[in-house]
Amino acid sequence: MTDTTTQIKDTISANDVVLYMKGTKEMPQCGFSSRVAGVLNYMGVDFADVNVLADEALRQGIKDFSDWPTVPQLYVKGEFVGGCDIITEMTLSGELDTLFETNDVTYDKDAADKIREANG
Amino acid sequence: MAILASEIEALIRESFPNATIAVMGDDGAHFAAEVTDESFRGKNRVQQQRAVYAALKGKMDGAQGELHALALTTKVPD
Repeated sequence: MTDTTTQIKDTISANDVVLYMKGTKEMPQCGFSSRVAGVLNYMGVDFADVNVLADEALRQGIKDFSDWPTVPQLYVKGEFVGGCDIITEMTLSGELDTLFETNDVTYDKDAADKIREANG
Repeated sequence: MAILASEIEALIRESFPNATIAVMGDDGAHFAAEVTDESFRGKNRVQQQRAVYAALKGKMDGAQGELHALALTTKVPD
């Protein structure tokens, strides 16, 4: 197992919600990362952000680990949930709420409803 | 290096010959694709989209990836 793989496994087991993204949650550096981080921030989810631009090995490593060619990538309780398109769909359909509830992740239901009202 | 919407559709078509495929976008880098195929039935979104990415054979990858942005939607036929 490579160091990068070990690092990813440690991160996703130590944090309930992890977003691998370009940039940070305070300063995203890509529109797709910004959209997912924005949703999580708005919904008040406590998540760890990992900036793949700061680590070239991780930038490729997370793609290999998840078998997923793009960033951002969301992990909840160690499981890969999806990228920007899937998270957007799940937010609007309410599936993301269900996922958080199933995994005891605290989030603001009213904020999630507001996102759906604004994009309904 | 630019890529055409028709090339993306052709790549997806190779792996999903019976799918309904719509690819939009004409700037050579940013596209939206919707793929509806019976083979997606019973798979979750991650599995469905992995299959489409596999069909694109690395064109999404890395700094040399021709496809900078593909907004992907996968569906099962009604």
